[in-house]
Amino acid sequence: MNNLYRKRLFVNRFNLVMSLATMAFGMFFLIWILAVLFGKGFSALGPTLFTQMTPPPGSAGGLMNAIFGSFVIVLVATFISTPIGILAGIYLAEFGKDKWVARATRFINDILLSAPSIVIGLFIYTVYVAQVGHFSGWAGSFALALIAIPVVVRTTENMLSLVPSSLREAAVALGAPMWKVILMVTLKAVRGGVMTGILLAVARVSGETAPLLFTALNNQFWSTDMNAPMANLPVVIFQFALSPFDDWRSLAWAGALLITLTVLILNILARTVFRQASVR
Amino acid sequence: MNTETTLLTRPTASVASMPLSPPKMTAKDLNFFYGKFQGLKDINLEIAEKRVTAFIGPSGCGKSTLLRTLNRMYSLYPGQRATGVIHFNGQNILDSGVDLNMLRAKVGMVFQRPTPFPMSIYDNIAFGVRLYENLGQREMDERVEWALSKAAMWDEAKDKLKQNGMALSGGQQQRLCIARAVSVKPEVLLLDEPTSALDPISTAKIEELISELKVDYTIAIVTHNMQQAARVSDFTAYMYLGELIEFGETDQIFLKPKRKETEDYITGRFG
Repeated sequence: MNNLYRKRLFVNRFNLVMSLATMAFGMFFLIWILAVLFGKGFSALGPTLFTQMTPPPGSAGGLMNAIFGSFVIVLVATFISTPIGILAGIYLAEFGKDKWVARATRFINDILLSAPSIVIGLFIYTVYVAQVGHFSGWAGSFALALIAIPVVVRTTENMLSLVPSSLREAAVALGAPMWKVILMVTLKAVRGGVMTGILLAVARVSGETAPLLFTALNNQFWSTDMNAPMANLPVVIFQFALSPFDDWRSLAWAGALLITLTVLILNILARTVFRQASVR
Repeated sequence: MNTETTLLTRPTASVASMPLSPPKMTAKDLNFFYGKFQGLKDINLEIAEKRVTAFIGPSGCGKSTLLRTLNRMYSLYPGQRATGVIHFNGQNILDSGVDLNMLRAKVGMVFQRPTPFPMSIYDNIAFGVRLYENLGQREMDERVEWALSKAAMWDEAKDKLKQNGMALSGGQQQRLCIARAVSVKPEVLLLDEPTSALDPISTAKIEELISELKVDYTIAIVTHNMQQAARVSDFTAYMYLGELIEFGETDQIFLKPKRKETEDYITGRFG
């Protein structure tokens, strides 16, 4: 064993140990967060969580209105952002390519992707909430959609640019118009990846608090009116966790656990089911 | 390399009838540019109807580029352009007003790597047919069977028509692609190195197929394999650095090339 080889072995081992250590460091905090969440939230989980409204301090209650509100707000946001995001992604990957419109769009999309969510919340507050004069579920959905769109745009574009140009040419060579090539061949080839992108966007927005504070606000009561302030998990957690009341705080933990579990399930779905559906 | 013996065993009957075939496509003063780089220089050539025309030459000589002008595939990419004339059915297909979708429906193409669509074998065929024809279920079934039979795929595929086309082997995928190209009943078939990604057995099957298809179709094939050109084609074009060096009947090109460059290439002294 000569010196050069020994040195190489050492460098290899050193780097391996370092990367394992940094991974352990990250995992340590992640697992800590999950452990605290489960410890505090698990005891508050129960059937009443899903059947009762958020209570006034000192009385028993659940999160039914907030769970429903979050579900509806996120669902509407998904329905708004998915078509816009996919269509924009198609434009960037298939038509825009290196044109300046495409390059500008890509740049702005990247900014939106990393924009602080509170800015998005303030924006919707100014252009929508302040104009109509009241907080509402719609406003919450709009804010979340604005956060989800760039994620969907980015993943759709990335996925489509992975499609080999030969597949595109093969469809074109049959005399297929471009829209059919995209809809029936290229988009189909990456549908798994695009679905994954949508699910990850949903996971991303379902925990957002700041934009909802300025838009959907909160509602103590059961409400299905998208035109009125609407209860939602993140804002309830925000409000209850900072309160001095024990029963509120335990409900906040339960809500936090609920969101985390939902996001976890969405991520697992995205990574297993839809990855497999994706072709190559 | 044993081109001569292979050639001498060819039946000579087909050779005698060849010059009678009228041109299906005619290129006149064809120039092609990738941006500033000139990929084709003053190409003049005729592609005979219901014959196989082979394009040979070293990598980068422009043979694929020439093929891609014949169905205007290059038009997908901004910065690529062609000047000159290519006559096809009484029309100059390089004209800006040409309906490219209609042109490509008549001039089909098969690529170097198999490109099955991410759908069932049946739908791979039906996709192209549905673009221009409104067939009922039974007629479509018949067309799929017809196309797959044309590509010698029917026996292998008939029990798994609902299976994803991407699950087939490379050779089967390529024959599926040929079936797909044939299914829309084009007039010309362009084959861009159709066997270079395949094993010898699949290659032999596809070469057989080419000989059968030329009864009904005009075929232009780009190949790196000179024996293949000698085996399957009636006419051969030797290209080098974007120029058409020599063009003629395959036997003449391989046995008595007129140009020194052609002889050097086909005897392996160059390239």
